[in-house]
Amino acid sequence: MSDAERVERLLKMAFAPVEPPEALSDRLERGLTEMADAAADELSEWELSAMSDPRNWVRPAAAVVVGSMAAGGLVLVRARQQQKKRQGSGLRALERSLRDVADDLEKRLRG
Amino acid sequence: MNDVADKQRLDRDFTELYRAHLRDVYSYAYYRIGNHHDAEDLTEQTFLQAYRHFDRAQRESKGRPLRPWLIRIAHNLAANYYRDRSRRPVTQLDDAAVISAPHGTEEMVEGREEVKEVLRGVSELPDDRREALIMRFALDMDNREIARALGRSEGATKVLIHRAIRQLEQGLEEESAGDEAGVEQ
Repeated sequence: MSDAERVERLLKMAFAPVEPPEALSDRLERGLTEMADAAADELSEWELSAMSDPRNWVRPAAAVVVGSMAAGGLVLVRARQQQKKRQGSGLRALERSLRDVADDLEKRLRG
Repeated sequence: MNDVADKQRLDRDFTELYRAHLRDVYSYAYYRIGNHHDAEDLTEQTFLQAYRHFDRAQRESKGRPLRPWLIRIAHNLAANYYRDRSRRPVTQLDDAAVISAPHGTEEMVEGREEVKEVLRGVSELPDDRREALIMRFALDMDNREIARALGRSEGATKVLIHRAIRQLEQGLEEESAGDEAGVEQ
């Protein structure tokens, strides 16, 4: 084994991938949900007060984007929650929960 | 963003990205920062930022993998972390990473000292070399991915990694020469 190969072998040992703690996923999903809530609040305020004034459209339009993206965070949250409940059915459960959330999202956007 | 179907697809794609690369981002953050607490913060901020810009990143990626983009976000946030706190990057050994490495116990004990030496050497490398090694060995990224994450050409990245390994080799040689000299005295 050459010196370079030896160093590479040691680097592989030294830099073994590190599993993230379970609590991190929960925290991250909470953050995404908060982002969705904040964007939804901004959107509601805009709908009530500024619909008639085109000069105010830019910022809330950004909120629509962030809100719709952040709603995807709910996909993560619900998918995980439902997956935990239905560990036996695995991917099918995840797909089902994604469909449920997609339906919710569609209703919210249309409503 | 004017089509519900697009939004659903985007949400699904982000979910996939998150699930596929949470460990990559966390590993990168851990080896870059050197402690679990701040690595968690960095990972969280990386995904929140990625979330905000995912639509645009996906459009601009033209089908290329998004892992380098994600790691680049983590890389920039880590740079801010050090700038804000005036800290020097560290690479820590005495934690889960090395202990959980998939090697036999005997090999582990034999290699442990050498691994410590290598990590000591890594901590003395210039930032860009150390980062490239983390991406290569902790995340198993190829030169093209690392180049995209660091904003360099593939050729420059190849040279960067080669020099980093060469520098570590030299460090280990000097150390073992020093040890032998110590034994002879």
